[in-house]
Amino acid sequence: MAEPVITSPHAESKRPFLTEQRRSRITAYTFISPFFILFSIFGLYPIFFTFYLSFFKWDALNPMKFVGFKNYDLVTSDPTFWISFTNTLIMGLMGTVPQVMLALLLAVLLHSGMTKFKKTFRILYFMPNITSIVAVTLVFSTLFGNNGMINWMLNGLGLDSVAFNSGWWGVKIAISTMVMWRWTGYNAILFLSGLQSIPMDLYEAARIDGANRRQQLFSITLPLLKPFIIFVSLQSTIGALQLFTEPYVFLGQAGTGSTRQEGITMVTYLYSEAFRNGFFGTAAATAVMLFLVTILFSILNMLISRGAGGDTGGKKA
Amino acid sequence: MSTLRIFRKKPDDIGFFGKLGYYLLLIFGALISVFPFYWMFVVGTNDKGAVFHVPPLLTVGDQFFHNFKRVLEKADFFQALGNSLFVSSMVTLSVVFFCTLAGYAFAKYEFPFKNGLFVFVIATLIVPQQLGVLPTYVIMAKLHWIDSYKALIVPAMVNAFGIFWMRQYISTAVPTELIEAGRIDGGGHFRIFWNIAVPVITPAMATLGILNFMTVWNDFFWPLVVLKNKEHYTIQLALQQLFTTRDGLDYGMIMSATFTATLPLLIVFLLFSRWVIAGLTSGAIKS
Repeated sequence: MAEPVITSPHAESKRPFLTEQRRSRITAYTFISPFFILFSIFGLYPIFFTFYLSFFKWDALNPMKFVGFKNYDLVTSDPTFWISFTNTLIMGLMGTVPQVMLALLLAVLLHSGMTKFKKTFRILYFMPNITSIVAVTLVFSTLFGNNGMINWMLNGLGLDSVAFNSGWWGVKIAISTMVMWRWTGYNAILFLSGLQSIPMDLYEAARIDGANRRQQLFSITLPLLKPFIIFVSLQSTIGALQLFTEPYVFLGQAGTGSTRQEGITMVTYLYSEAFRNGFFGTAAATAVMLFLVTILFSILNMLISRGAGGDTGGKKA
Repeated sequence: MSTLRIFRKKPDDIGFFGKLGYYLLLIFGALISVFPFYWMFVVGTNDKGAVFHVPPLLTVGDQFFHNFKRVLEKADFFQALGNSLFVSSMVTLSVVFFCTLAGYAFAKYEFPFKNGLFVFVIATLIVPQQLGVLPTYVIMAKLHWIDSYKALIVPAMVNAFGIFWMRQYISTAVPTELIEAGRIDGGGHFRIFWNIAVPVITPAMATLGILNFMTVWNDFFWPLVVLKNKEHYTIQLALQQLFTTRDGLDYGMIMSATFTATLPLLIVFLLFSRWVIAGLTSGAIKS
C-alpha cells in the first residue's frame, strides 16, 4: 500500500472518489495493524513454532535435534503426565459443572421480579472475581488448613477432618472450591444479562395460557438462554483445562513446588517440564496435547449444551 | 410493582415463607462471596496464632501494622506494588488506545477482507495462552527481554477481546453521518477519530481499561515465567514468595500483605462497579 497519498481530494479532478476510498482504506489498515503485527510475532508464530518444537529435543540452549514423535512417546509414557491429565479432568468437572448450575440458579433468583437490592447483590457476587488468584489461594489455604475453619465446621457437624492440603481428594476439593468461589458470581452475572434480554411479554403470554413457573422455566427461559449457557460452559471448560495458579500456589508452601501428585495439572506439568527440567521438546508436546484436549472438550461441550438446552417443552437431556 | 400484583393472584405465589427462604438463600450466597475478604482482614489484624484459634477467631484485632512490618522485612512489598502499577498502567493505556483504533476501523470503515479479518480476530480468542508460551519465552530471550517489563508489556499491548468490544460499542454509539460530515469539512482520519469518536465512547474505553487493568494486575503465570530478579517481581509474585517461606508460615504477615494488595483493586472496583459489570455483560453477548 505504498500509494502516493494525494493530500487534497480536489487535486485530482478526474477520480477524486477513488483517492478518498484509498485513503480511508490505508487508514483502516493502519488502525488495525498493531493487533496483526503483535499477534503475528507473539501469537501466531509461537503457535506454529510449538508444533514444530514438539518434534525436536531441545533444552533452549544447545542446537535442536529432530526426534520425530519421541517427545509424544516420552510424555505419554510418563505416569506423572497421566496423573496431571486425570487431575485436570477431575478438578475441571468438580469445579465447572456445579459452578455453572449454581450460577444459573443464582441468576434466576436474582432476575425474579421481586428481588430488591439487585444491584448490591450483583456487586457482592462479582467481588470474588476481582481478587488475585494468588490472594484467593492464600486465604483458602488457611480455611482449608488441618486445624482450619472448614475442618472445625466439619467436626462441629460430627464429621472427621479432611486432609485438604495433602489428601488425594482433599486437595482436589480445596482447589475446586477456590475455582468455584471465584467464578460462580461472575457467571451468574453473565446469565443475568442473558435473562434480562428475554422479552417480558413472552412470560405474559405464557401466563395467560396458564403455564406455571416450572413450565415457563423449561419452555421459555432455558431455551432462550442457550447461547449464554453454551458460552459460559465453554469459557469455564477452557479455563478449567488451563488450571495453574491455584495448585501451584496452594501446594507450593513446602518448597516442593507445584509437582505434587495430588494437585498437579497439565499446565503445571508443562511448566515444570520446560522451566524446571529444561525439556522444551516434551513441554511443547504437552502444550500440543493440551490444545487437542481443549478442542475436544470444547466440541463435546457444544454438543452437550446444544442437546441439554432442548428446543421446547420440559424434556430432559 | 406490577409483578407483585400478578404473583399475589396466581396459585404459584410462593408466599411469605417462600420469599423468606429466597432472600435467605441470596444473602447466604452473598456472605460466602464476601467472607474470605473479611477473613483476610481478621487474620491480617490478629497475632500469629489467630488462624488456628479454636473456635475460629472472627473479630478484627490491632496487630495489622505489627504484621505488616514483617512483610516489609521479607519482601520489597511497595517496590512490587509499584512494579505492578507500572506494568498494568502501561498495558492498559496501550490496550485502550490500540483496541479503540482497531474497533473504530472495523466499525466505521469499509475495506477489503474486513469481515474475514474480523472473524480472525475473534477466532484468536479461543487459542489457549499456554500453547505459545515456550516460543514466546525463547523470543524474549533472543530479544534480551527476560527479566524486563518489556516482556510483560509488549505482547499484551493490544488484544482481541478489546477490539471486539470497542467495535460493538462504536458501531451503535458513533453516528456514521457525524464522521462523514467531518470528512466533508476536511478533517483528517485520525483527527476525526480523536475529536469526534473518542469523546462519545469514553465510557466504553473506561470499562475496557478497568477490566484490562484487573486482568494484568492479577496475572501470575507469565510474570512467573519471565521475571527472575526479586526487584522486578510484580505484586502477585511477591505474595506467592511470602507463602513459600520455609520457617513456619506466618499467616498474620501473609494476610496483612494480601489485604493491602487487594485493597486498591477493591476500592477501584467499588467506585466503578457499575461500569465494570456493564462492560462484562456486553462482552458476553458475542456468543
